[in-house]
Amino acid sequence: MSDVLNLHYIVDGSDFTSAGQASVNVKKNLRQLGLPAEIIRQVSIAMYEGEINMVIHAGGGEADINVYEDRIEIILEDHGPGIKDIELAMQEGYSTAKDNIRSLGFGAGMGLPNMKKYTDKMDIKSKVGEGTTITMVVNIPV
Amino acid sequence: MKIINIKELLDAEIICGEEYLGKHVYSACGSDMMSDVLAYVKDQAVLLTGLVNSQVIRTAEMMDMVCIVFVRSKSPNEEMIKLAKESGIVLLRTSKRLYDACGTLYVNGLVGNGKKL
Repeated sequence: MSDVLNLHYIVDGSDFTSAGQASVNVKKNLRQLGLPAEIIRQVSIAMYEGEINMVIHAGGGEADINVYEDRIEIILEDHGPGIKDIELAMQEGYSTAKDNIRSLGFGAGMGLPNMKKYTDKMDIKSKVGEGTTITMVVNIPV
Repeated sequence: MKIINIKELLDAEIICGEEYLGKHVYSACGSDMMSDVLAYVKDQAVLLTGLVNSQVIRTAEMMDMVCIVFVRSKSPNEEMIKLAKESGIVLLRTSKRLYDACGTLYVNGLVGNGKKL
Protein backbone atom coordinates (compact mmCIF):
# COMPACT_ATOMS: atom_id res chain seq x y z
CA MET A 1 0.00 0.00 0.00
CA SER A 2 1.34 3.42 -0.88
CA ASP A 3 2.60 5.98 1.62
CA VAL A 4 0.36 8.94 2.30
CA LEU A 5 2.88 11.02 4.20
CA ASN A 6 6.47 10.73 5.48
CA LEU A 7 7.91 13.05 8.09
CA HIS A 8 11.48 13.16 9.35
CA TYR A 9 12.83 15.03 12.38
CA ILE A 10 16.16 15.52 14.10
CA VAL A 11 15.47 15.62 17.84
CA ASP A 12 17.87 18.01 19.61
CA GLY A 13 19.10 16.40 22.79
CA SER A 14 20.74 19.44 24.30
CA ASP A 15 17.65 21.44 25.14
CA PHE A 16 14.84 20.11 27.31
CA THR A 17 12.75 23.22 26.60
CA SER A 18 12.43 22.41 22.92
CA ALA A 19 11.68 18.70 23.47
CA GLY A 20 8.32 17.82 22.00
CA GLN A 21 8.51 20.17 19.02
CA ALA A 22 8.51 17.27 16.58
CA SER A 23 5.45 15.74 18.25
CA VAL A 24 3.53 19.02 18.05
CA ASN A 25 4.38 19.22 14.35
CA VAL A 26 3.30 15.61 13.74
CA LYS A 27 -0.01 16.32 15.45
CA LYS A 28 -0.61 19.33 13.18
CA ASN A 29 0.17 17.27 10.07
CA LEU A 30 -2.13 14.42 11.13
CA ARG A 31 -4.93 16.91 11.78
CA GLN A 32 -4.53 18.26 8.27
CA LEU A 33 -4.94 14.73 6.91
CA GLY A 34 -8.31 14.64 8.70
CA LEU A 35 -7.58 11.47 10.68
CA PRO A 36 -9.88 10.51 13.61
CA ALA A 37 -9.14 12.52 16.78
CA GLU A 38 -8.52 9.42 18.90
CA ILE A 39 -5.90 8.11 16.44
CA ILE A 40 -4.15 11.48 16.39
CA ARG A 41 -4.16 11.52 20.19
CA GLN A 42 -2.67 8.01 20.43
CA VAL A 43 0.13 8.84 17.98
CA SER A 44 0.82 12.22 19.59
CA ILE A 45 1.14 10.88 23.13
CA ALA A 46 3.27 7.88 22.12
CA MET A 47 5.58 10.04 20.03
CA TYR A 48 5.83 12.77 22.68
CA GLU A 49 6.79 10.25 25.37
CA GLY A 50 9.40 8.80 23.01
CA GLU A 51 10.75 12.22 22.12
CA ILE A 52 11.07 13.20 25.80
CA ASN A 53 12.85 9.89 26.48
CA MET A 54 15.32 10.57 23.67
CA VAL A 55 16.16 13.98 25.12
CA ILE A 56 16.38 12.79 28.75
CA HIS A 57 18.30 9.57 28.21
CA ALA A 58 19.97 9.54 24.81
CA GLY A 59 21.08 13.06 23.93
CA GLY A 60 18.55 13.27 21.10
CA GLY A 61 18.08 11.22 17.97
CA GLU A 62 15.94 10.94 14.86
CA ALA A 63 12.24 10.39 14.34
CA ASP A 64 10.45 9.10 11.26
CA ILE A 65 6.70 9.05 10.90
CA ASN A 66 5.21 7.12 8.01
CA VAL A 67 1.51 7.43 7.39
CA TYR A 68 -0.08 4.66 5.31
CA GLU A 69 -3.72 4.22 4.43
CA ASP A 70 -4.26 1.65 7.17
CA ARG A 71 -1.68 2.57 9.81
CA ILE A 72 0.79 5.10 11.17
CA GLU A 73 4.33 3.98 11.89
CA ILE A 74 6.60 5.89 14.30
CA ILE A 75 10.32 5.04 14.30
CA LEU A 76 12.54 6.62 16.96
CA GLU A 77 16.27 5.99 16.68
CA ASP A 78 19.01 7.19 19.01
CA HIS A 79 22.67 6.51 19.64
CA GLY A 80 22.42 6.85 23.40
CA PRO A 81 23.51 4.43 26.14
CA GLY A 82 20.95 1.75 25.22
CA ILE A 83 18.51 -0.04 27.55
CA LYS A 84 20.17 -2.70 29.73
CA ASP A 85 17.03 -4.61 30.69
CA ILE A 86 14.05 -3.94 28.42
CA GLU A 87 11.66 -6.02 30.53
CA LEU A 88 12.53 -3.97 33.62
CA ALA A 89 12.29 -0.69 31.68
CA MET A 90 8.77 -1.67 30.58
CA GLN A 91 7.55 -1.93 34.19
CA GLU A 92 5.36 0.95 35.32
CA GLY A 93 7.21 3.15 37.81
CA TYR A 94 10.72 1.96 36.91
CA SER A 95 12.92 4.87 35.88
CA THR A 96 16.61 5.67 35.66
CA ALA A 97 15.91 9.41 35.30
CA LYS A 98 17.74 11.70 37.70
CA ASP A 99 16.04 13.96 40.25
CA ASN A 100 16.57 17.05 38.09
CA ILE A 101 14.37 15.42 35.43
CA ARG A 102 11.68 14.67 38.04
CA SER A 103 11.67 18.31 39.05
CA LEU A 104 10.77 19.08 35.42
CA GLY A 105 7.70 16.84 35.67
CA PHE A 106 9.05 13.68 34.02
CA GLY A 107 10.81 10.48 35.02
CA ALA A 108 7.92 8.72 36.75
CA GLY A 109 8.70 5.52 34.89
CA MET A 110 5.56 5.71 32.78
CA GLY A 111 7.02 6.60 29.38
CA LEU A 112 7.64 3.20 27.80
CA PRO A 113 4.53 1.52 29.32
CA ASN A 114 2.48 4.49 28.12
CA MET A 115 3.90 4.22 24.59
CA LYS A 116 2.87 0.57 24.54
CA LYS A 117 -0.58 1.41 25.91
CA TYR A 118 -1.34 3.97 23.21
CA THR A 119 -0.08 1.96 20.24
CA ASP A 120 -1.20 -1.28 18.61
CA LYS A 121 2.33 -2.61 18.22
CA MET A 122 5.65 -1.64 19.77
CA ASP A 123 9.08 -3.12 19.19
CA ILE A 124 12.26 -2.10 21.05
CA LYS A 125 15.70 -2.93 19.70
CA SER A 126 18.50 -1.80 21.98
CA LYS A 127 22.18 -2.46 22.46
CA VAL A 128 24.07 -1.12 25.46
CA GLY A 129 26.60 1.47 24.34
CA GLU A 130 25.16 1.69 20.82
CA GLY A 131 21.63 2.97 21.06
CA THR A 132 17.95 2.20 20.83
CA THR A 133 15.41 1.97 18.03
CA ILE A 134 11.73 1.91 18.90
CA THR A 135 9.13 1.15 16.25
CA MET A 136 5.46 1.78 17.05
CA VAL A 137 2.38 1.22 14.93
CA VAL A 138 -1.09 2.69 15.38
CA ASN A 139 -3.72 1.13 13.13
CA ILE A 140 -6.19 3.37 11.34
CA PRO A 141 -9.69 1.84 11.43
CA VAL A 142 -11.25 1.53 7.99
CA MET B 1 -18.85 24.60 33.52
CA LYS B 2 -17.38 27.28 31.27
CA ILE B 3 -13.75 28.40 31.48
CA ILE B 4 -14.98 31.81 32.63
CA ASN B 5 -16.56 30.09 35.67
CA ILE B 6 -13.16 28.58 36.55
CA LYS B 7 -11.62 32.03 36.38
CA GLU B 8 -14.29 33.41 38.72
CA LEU B 9 -14.29 30.49 41.20
CA LEU B 10 -10.50 30.58 41.56
CA ASP B 11 -10.31 34.38 41.45
CA ALA B 12 -7.83 33.79 38.64
CA GLU B 13 -6.08 36.12 36.27
CA ILE B 14 -6.21 35.49 32.52
CA ILE B 15 -2.75 35.21 30.99
CA CYS B 16 -3.91 34.38 27.47
CA GLY B 17 -6.79 32.90 25.53
CA GLU B 18 -9.50 35.38 26.54
CA GLU B 19 -11.41 34.54 23.36
CA TYR B 20 -11.98 30.95 24.52
CA LEU B 21 -13.49 31.72 27.96
CA GLY B 22 -16.94 30.67 26.75
CA LYS B 23 -15.81 27.07 26.05
CA HIS B 24 -17.49 24.33 28.08
CA VAL B 25 -15.34 21.90 30.06
CA TYR B 26 -16.54 18.78 31.84
CA SER B 27 -13.57 17.46 33.80
CA ALA B 28 -10.15 18.40 35.15
CA CYS B 29 -7.01 17.00 36.72
CA GLY B 30 -4.35 18.36 39.05
CA SER B 31 -0.71 17.26 38.94
CA ASP B 32 2.87 18.50 38.90
CA MET B 33 4.04 15.31 37.18
CA MET B 34 3.48 15.49 33.43
CA SER B 35 4.42 11.80 33.21
CA ASP B 36 1.32 10.99 35.27
CA VAL B 37 -0.89 13.32 33.27
CA LEU B 38 0.18 11.54 30.07
CA ALA B 39 -0.32 8.11 31.65
CA TYR B 40 -3.53 8.43 33.64
CA VAL B 41 -5.56 11.29 32.24
CA LYS B 42 -8.30 10.66 29.73
CA ASP B 43 -10.67 13.24 28.29
CA GLN B 44 -9.85 15.86 30.89
CA ALA B 45 -10.01 19.34 29.49
CA VAL B 46 -8.41 21.35 32.30
CA LEU B 47 -4.98 20.90 33.89
CA LEU B 48 -4.18 22.47 37.26
CA THR B 49 -0.47 22.52 38.03
CA GLY B 50 2.30 24.23 39.95
CA LEU B 51 4.92 23.17 37.40
CA VAL B 52 6.20 25.87 35.08
CA ASN B 53 8.04 24.85 31.91
CA SER B 54 7.30 24.46 28.20
CA GLN B 55 6.50 20.77 28.62
CA VAL B 56 3.37 21.68 30.59
CA ILE B 57 1.96 23.38 27.50
CA ARG B 58 3.07 20.56 25.17
CA THR B 59 1.59 17.92 27.47
CA ALA B 60 -1.74 19.78 27.48
CA GLU B 61 -1.59 20.09 23.70
CA MET B 62 -0.93 16.34 23.28
CA MET B 63 -3.84 15.52 25.61
CA ASP B 64 -6.25 17.88 23.74
CA MET B 65 -6.67 20.01 26.87
CA VAL B 66 -8.11 23.50 26.48
CA CYS B 67 -7.15 25.26 29.72
CA ILE B 68 -4.20 25.27 32.15
CA VAL B 69 -4.50 26.82 35.61
CA PHE B 70 -1.19 27.72 37.28
CA VAL B 71 -1.57 27.53 41.05
CA ARG B 72 0.41 29.23 43.83
CA SER B 73 0.70 32.34 41.60
CA LYS B 74 3.20 30.62 39.30
CA SER B 75 3.91 32.56 36.12
CA PRO B 76 4.60 31.04 32.71
CA ASN B 77 7.38 32.63 30.64
CA GLU B 78 6.99 34.27 27.22
CA GLU B 79 7.90 31.07 25.36
CA MET B 80 5.14 29.16 27.18
CA ILE B 81 2.58 31.88 26.49
CA LYS B 82 3.54 31.83 22.80
CA LEU B 83 3.12 28.02 22.64
CA ALA B 84 -0.26 28.25 24.39
CA LYS B 85 -1.48 30.92 21.96
CA GLU B 86 -0.41 28.80 18.98
CA SER B 87 -2.36 25.86 20.38
CA GLY B 88 -5.43 27.84 21.45
CA ILE B 89 -4.99 26.96 25.12
CA VAL B 90 -6.28 29.30 27.85
CA LEU B 91 -3.75 30.08 30.59
CA LEU B 92 -5.01 31.18 34.01
CA ARG B 93 -3.14 32.01 37.20
CA THR B 94 -4.52 31.75 40.74
CA SER B 95 -2.95 32.37 44.15
CA LYS B 96 -4.72 29.26 45.51
CA ARG B 97 -2.73 26.11 46.22
CA LEU B 98 -3.26 23.00 44.08
CA TYR B 99 -5.40 21.15 46.64
CA ASP B 100 -7.64 24.15 47.33
CA ALA B 101 -8.02 25.04 43.65
CA CYS B 102 -8.98 21.45 42.72
CA GLY B 103 -11.37 21.23 45.68
CA THR B 104 -13.08 24.48 44.79
CA LEU B 105 -13.72 23.35 41.22
CA TYR B 106 -14.78 19.87 42.32
CA VAL B 107 -17.48 21.02 44.76
CA ASN B 108 -18.79 23.30 42.06
CA GLY B 109 -19.30 20.38 39.69
CA LEU B 110 -16.07 20.02 37.72
CA VAL B 111 -15.21 16.38 38.33
CA GLY B 112 -12.13 14.27 37.70
CA ASN B 113 -13.26 11.28 35.69
CA GLY B 114 -16.77 12.16 34.67
CA LYS B 115 -18.42 10.91 37.89
CA LYS B 116 -18.87 12.71 41.17
CA LEU B 117 -17.98 10.68 44.29
